[in-house]
Amino acid sequence: MFQFKNCEELLKLCAEQKTDISQIAIKYEMEISGKSRAKVRDKMKQVRDTMWEAIQTGIKATDKSQYGLVGGDAKKVYDGTKNMANLLGSKVGVRAMAYALATNEQNARMGKIVAFPTAGGSGVVPGVLFSTFEHMKSSKRKMLNALFAASALGIAILEHGGTFSAAKAGCQAEVGIGTAMAAAGVTEMRGGTPEQCINAAALALKNMLGLACDPLGGLVEVPCVKRNAIYVNVALGASDLSLLGVVSVIPMDQVVEAMMNISAHMSETIRETALGGLAVTKKGLELRKKMGLPPIPEKYLNRKIGAAPACRNKCNGCG
Amino acid sequence: MQNSIFDVAGPIMVGPSSSHTAGACKIGQIARALFRGTPTEVTFYLYGSFAQVYQGHATDRALLAGVMKMMTSDSNIKEAFKIAKKNKLAYEFITVEEAPDHHPNTVRIILKNAKRKLSVVGSSIGGGKVTITQINNINIDLEAVFGRFFSLLVGHNNEEDVLNPVYGKLIDWGIPITSKQTISMKKNSLTMLNIEEGYLRLPQVLELEKLPGIQFVRSLTKLLKE
Repeated sequence: MFQFKNCEELLKLCAEQKTDISQIAIKYEMEISGKSRAKVRDKMKQVRDTMWEAIQTGIKATDKSQYGLVGGDAKKVYDGTKNMANLLGSKVGVRAMAYALATNEQNARMGKIVAFPTAGGSGVVPGVLFSTFEHMKSSKRKMLNALFAASALGIAILEHGGTFSAAKAGCQAEVGIGTAMAAAGVTEMRGGTPEQCINAAALALKNMLGLACDPLGGLVEVPCVKRNAIYVNVALGASDLSLLGVVSVIPMDQVVEAMMNISAHMSETIRETALGGLAVTKKGLELRKKMGLPPIPEKYLNRKIGAAPACRNKCNGCG
Repeated sequence: MQNSIFDVAGPIMVGPSSSHTAGACKIGQIARALFRGTPTEVTFYLYGSFAQVYQGHATDRALLAGVMKMMTSDSNIKEAFKIAKKNKLAYEFITVEEAPDHHPNTVRIILKNAKRKLSVVGSSIGGGKVTITQINNINIDLEAVFGRFFSLLVGHNNEEDVLNPVYGKLIDWGIPITSKQTISMKKNSLTMLNIEEGYLRLPQVLELEKLPGIQFVRSLTKLLKE
């Protein structure tokens, strides 16, 4: 009854039932688990409360992760929101960055978090949703619904052949999908139609395609923590664009197909193996040595920054 | 199996990594459940990626926490070393360079006390799934998921229908079984039941253990709520 295999079917369900994505998500879960609405909502409340606890601990903590790569930035950014005159971003955006940092820093220092959709991409959704929730002085029910809407998008992506695994598809599948889910959730919280929610997700994910997973030493720390923070802005921006009537030319389902298509072209060195990208920069290798990890095989290190292939255009532009 | 909303919105876990921390904890839980007693000594042989990056992902603390029956979302996982000392559980981690036939994230856990010794080999295969591939050097293939379910591990003999009374009791208590998997060995079998809706209380576990043909029942969480 409330099953959907992709975003198109999800939107069709919303239109048939004349309701929001979150309500379809709740009915979907009731149907597959055989649980009551109250039980399903209670479970999501637990998710919400765990997120909030992680944020609250994270914005106060100053201790570092085991190797000292991350920790303490959430507090800096959160304290920064007290004087917005010095900053360019909106209070919602900066606070969302603080919350995302807090969540991922808590993850790095072994705190309790919700892997939404995964541990590595767990910051964007709570960052965006809680900051907007505070800004709008929204109701708790709307907050819960936004989480359901975000999860429904995740299900649609999985059912359409997508993945959340960076080992399979790089960071576009972790922080990328986290950002798309946050965009959809926050758009519903702001009163957007189901079409606007899915459109916001498409706008967000479209702009994260091709993102590599290249963490230092394979730890979920650099660049993951700050990446979650920066991308909250993409989610907020996508939601704004969508509500202002900007429509993604490529529909969401096809963006997911594009993501999987790109993942097939991705070298394994940038899929969570710590053998490429930032992980093999001079600084990255230095830190790896400090951590006492085994050195990276020589063959991965010889990929010097080559000259770009000769330009075939006969213009005078680049000489 | 159909994706649940809470596969996306979850699991609630202690970081930093689902495969290297939460998965490791689950393997520890299973080893402890199979041991049937309180171990005084535990040795972990770490293979592949577990051997390379175990410190950064706190795989060591998570494994030890699992052996002490902590859940994957228990914030005390961090303090596993201290808690082990308090409980007088001696532990040792040995990294093994060569891992011939194993998945990259593999550990061999050897639990001991004055009476018993048990060896369990398990791998964390990503996405919250773990498999147990050896128990006391007998090759098996048992798969477990963390996060969504509470698992019951039941040891029983190979008689037909021996599990029916167990199912009956669970139905009486209103606990739905989501999936089951049975591994048969020479004389005995091992069944993993994934249940939803909370976990069994200790008296219920003991009641199941009294049923004919059932050797032991273990709940892969703390047996009782604190």
